[in-house]
Amino acid sequence: MKSYKIAALTFLLGTAGIAHADELQDIKSAGVLIVGVKADYPPFGSLSPTGANIGIEPELGADVAKRLGVKIQYVPVVAANRIQFLQQGKINLLIATMNDTPEREKIVDIVHPDYYASGYNLMVPKTVKITSWAELKGVPVCAIQGAFYNKEIAEKYGAETVAFTGVAEALTALRQGRCNAFVYDDTAIEGKLQDPSWSDYDMPLASQDAKPWGMAVKQGETGFADFLSKTIIDWDKTGYILKLETKYGIKHAAFAVQAHAKYK
Amino acid sequence: MLGSTIAGWFSHLNDTTGINFTVFYDSYDGSRFLSGFWVTLELCGVTILGSVLLGVLGAWGQGSRLRWVRALVASYVHLFRNTPPLVQIYFFYFGLSAMLPASKNAFGMTQPLINGFTWACISLTCFAGAFNVEIFRSGIEAIPGATLEAAEALGFTRVQTYRHIVLPLGLRICLPALTNNLVNLVKTTPLAYAIAVPELLYVSNQIWSDSENVPEMMILLFIIYIALVGVLVFAMHLWARALRRPGLGT
Repeated sequence: MKSYKIAALTFLLGTAGIAHADELQDIKSAGVLIVGVKADYPPFGSLSPTGANIGIEPELGADVAKRLGVKIQYVPVVAANRIQFLQQGKINLLIATMNDTPEREKIVDIVHPDYYASGYNLMVPKTVKITSWAELKGVPVCAIQGAFYNKEIAEKYGAETVAFTGVAEALTALRQGRCNAFVYDDTAIEGKLQDPSWSDYDMPLASQDAKPWGMAVKQGETGFADFLSKTIIDWDKTGYILKLETKYGIKHAAFAVQAHAKYK
Repeated sequence: MLGSTIAGWFSHLNDTTGINFTVFYDSYDGSRFLSGFWVTLELCGVTILGSVLLGVLGAWGQGSRLRWVRALVASYVHLFRNTPPLVQIYFFYFGLSAMLPASKNAFGMTQPLINGFTWACISLTCFAGAFNVEIFRSGIEAIPGATLEAAEALGFTRVQTYRHIVLPLGLRICLPALTNNLVNLVKTTPLAYAIAVPELLYVSNQIWSDSENVPEMMILLFIIYIALVGVLVFAMHLWARALRRPGLGT
């Protein structure tokens, strides 16, 4: 009961915007950095057969821990709970494929610069030779119902979207030739292409409408956020993220290449 | 003129209240909603006609003297009446379709011969047809044996008896049940959205994903389906009135 009251009080203080403690100091004194990562989004965050968290984002978290001189601990998160976990203090840092949006800026502190960006792209059979998005006119393209880019590729490029309720149905339809391409998040397509059963497929075009991904810390933790900003700039300078992309067998995202060019 | 007034009013409604009926003022949403409506109408038309025809044929087959015909009809009814329609649609589209020959398209890719719309028609026709077989049987079996014996005594062949006596009388008896099943069929057509047939629910889903106006689109869907079923019920009612004979049934 007592601890509940303290928690409630801390929460109130926290929401009132009073920085009662420095998270950076807390992490150092605890000797462990707790990072929220995805566990179902290879190659950005997934589980190894032994149950360990692997992927680009867990590696980024590990690098932050190394710089702080503390141990790392991962907490798997999903889109629906990641911000709450951060607000409740279950995790110190969130690196979980989260888009940097103005709405989220209001409830957590998103570290700038953004560390990555993803857009939408096409997964096409290698037999289909396509060199530009303009060639999509009149081409049936499998999609997921409700994705925002369905309307965009139909209006902008004249593609005929064939939208299904789930990814498995859309992929089956692509395999059966009901469409010539599958429009989806580029990062998720990268993950699919690593699967040997999809080795006859490719992602030949440049991603569209890239939206930045931001790391997040609890609101008001400016000291920790500043430290992370410098870390991200250092990653960009050394090309660390590009190296991780290569390590995990995915193409260099245009965003990562540009960031490297900017700070190098 | 009227069109732009309506568009202006709904646009104003959105600006002032946030009640967002994009289909009435956004021409892109409007045209895709209308095309979805036509696809739904086509689906309903094809499957209603097809399933009634299938029901008549099946009910006739049930009374066949040939054992294998009766067995065929019985297994058809069991297969399609005892499995969920969504599973049937998926089975036809993803399962059966993969076993059929395919053609090549402009990109040199193999492409299935039968498209989603056709599979939806086939599967929904089979689904409702199975119920129609049983519905027509209920009408046929309600015809007194003496009537059939009288027809036989007058020299009617089996086909003639079916065509001139059994079907017209049986139809009157089973019309209320048939209406029920056809209403159900109209309400089952949205399942075709699972295999990307761009009918009403499918286009509505696209629209509300883009404009985040789920409640408005739901209201619109409700009204349209109520109207569609209303028209069907009214047509069936007129048909029942036209077939009415004093002294037979109600």
